[in-house]
Amino acid sequence: MSKLNFSIFRLIKAFWNTSISKELEYRLNLFIEIISVIGNLSGSLFVLSIFYKGGFNLGGWTWSESVVVLAIYTILDGLTTSILQPNLSRIVQQVQDGTLDFVLIKPVNSQIWLSLRVISPWGIPSIISGFLLITYTFIIGKKILSLYSILLFCLTLISSIFILYSLWFIIATTSIWFVRIWNANEVLRSVLVAGRYPISAFPAGLRFVFTFLLPITFLTSVPAEAILGKISLSLIIFSLLFSLALLFLSNKFWNFAISFYTSASS
Amino acid sequence: MPIISARSVSKIYKVSEKAPGLKGTLKHFFERRIRIIKAVEQLNFEISKGEIVGFIGSNGAGKTTTLKMLCGLIHLSSGSIEVAGHNPEQRDRNFLRQITLVMGQKQQLIWDLPPMDSFRLNAAVYGLSDRETKRRINELSTMLELDNELYRPVRKLSLGQRMKAELLASLLHRPTVLFLDEPTLGLDINSQIRVRQFLAEYNYKYGATILLTSHYMGDITSLCKRVLLIHDGKLFYDGLLSDLTNKLSPYRLVKLSLTDSDSAHFVSQFGQLVEYDDHLVKLLIARENLTEVLTTILNQFKVKDIEVTDPPIEQLIGKLLKSGNI
Repeated sequence: MSKLNFSIFRLIKAFWNTSISKELEYRLNLFIEIISVIGNLSGSLFVLSIFYKGGFNLGGWTWSESVVVLAIYTILDGLTTSILQPNLSRIVQQVQDGTLDFVLIKPVNSQIWLSLRVISPWGIPSIISGFLLITYTFIIGKKILSLYSILLFCLTLISSIFILYSLWFIIATTSIWFVRIWNANEVLRSVLVAGRYPISAFPAGLRFVFTFLLPITFLTSVPAEAILGKISLSLIIFSLLFSLALLFLSNKFWNFAISFYTSASS
Repeated sequence: MPIISARSVSKIYKVSEKAPGLKGTLKHFFERRIRIIKAVEQLNFEISKGEIVGFIGSNGAGKTTTLKMLCGLIHLSSGSIEVAGHNPEQRDRNFLRQITLVMGQKQQLIWDLPPMDSFRLNAAVYGLSDRETKRRINELSTMLELDNELYRPVRKLSLGQRMKAELLASLLHRPTVLFLDEPTLGLDINSQIRVRQFLAEYNYKYGATILLTSHYMGDITSLCKRVLLIHDGKLFYDGLLSDLTNKLSPYRLVKLSLTDSDSAHFVSQFGQLVEYDDHLVKLLIARENLTEVLTTILNQFKVKDIEVTDPPIEQLIGKLLKSGNI
């Protein structure tokens, strides 16, 4: 087992070494990315502030609590830019041109390969500013974070990453059959955007959809509630189990799908 | 004990068909017409360890499909395959460590980076130590005559250099079963020869089994004693390349150099005339009458020189594949 883990870490290191050296050919990107994160974030903060200036209360969430939700969204958005998007959007292309062959022929878990093959450093500014924003709200609110709530936050954040990843991966997997039809990137990115504000701020009908049909609640609101100490332990456990179930399902679905792979012909 | 065995292997594809134009597209959108294509039908063959076998057939005959089934990339519709003691479909790691697939028209090297980076990645995939990786890269690059190219971005390499680097990347883990799909596609004659020599050397050095498809008959004739000829998904011939010549052409090519140019015209009536030029006559003569006819000619005419050969296999198979009549 330890040997296996070692080789997986070594592999991921090799993966990321190659992709970072490739990405860093384009230095201007970092500058553009930082500008765009600052622009996006201040835009969203401005919209939020309009709500609160007008005395409007977003589903019982205070200003600083809503900012935490926005910060978590920013973190997930950064992860999407760095890992999910560059990897999962390639799956469709690899099915299309048949280079998936080279992945399937390697003695490596193909799902791990496809999900972590490349990393793009351009999401890092988002991830950092998300964490900074959370720290800032706690400093401003003069609240002290307990180790316990940090732990709960980490757990729920991990489960939200797993949920987002699994859904995305499942949709990308369907390209084995449909080859071109789905554009999973657009679908999942817009799902994520809905998590920019607290879910309870949405009307009841949408709230239902976002909780039970598209699990957006689990993406941003649940981690926010965890760090703010507004959450029950049972919901945290449910969120964890739910994410693990989805992860398991994505793996089963992938293994099922590749038996239908026809490989683009020569 | 064969290292590769295929029993009653068939693969059926369902393909939807679309008529051209907007009308056809709309119709296709609402109502898919599905056609069933038998890519491969009832294939049976065995390959022993260390053999180099040529897999020949026209485009769309089912060669690539078969190769990919042998690698476990495509699942069979029926039948069974065993490669190195494994069922390829299960993609067991021990199985995948022993094989490789090289495709002339697809590449695994990272386009923007030097081949060295791709090699390092593969070394990590197969868990090779840095020292071992270096040793193997040195050895293979010497065999392939690659040198400075390893440090230049792949996009800056010539097709021949790229293919050689591609081979190196695919063989770094020292596989014992090689599936090569048109490995010399688009290469100039020198690079083709270099790749052939390399494959022969690799086969000799590591006792590797090689199954190779190619449209360049030169690859097949210089590397493979045995060929599998596949046509329309069915195995048409499995045996020695030299025997295939007999089967395809029941004739021998006889080159006669005559002292007297007048007799050339008469000589040409003893067989199927191929070429006729003053003193020189080239004839195709049926194998079974060969000695008889030659005796007659030698008795009746003054012959300066005589040469009996098989008609070139490239031409025979080329003709066969072109006509499609098997």
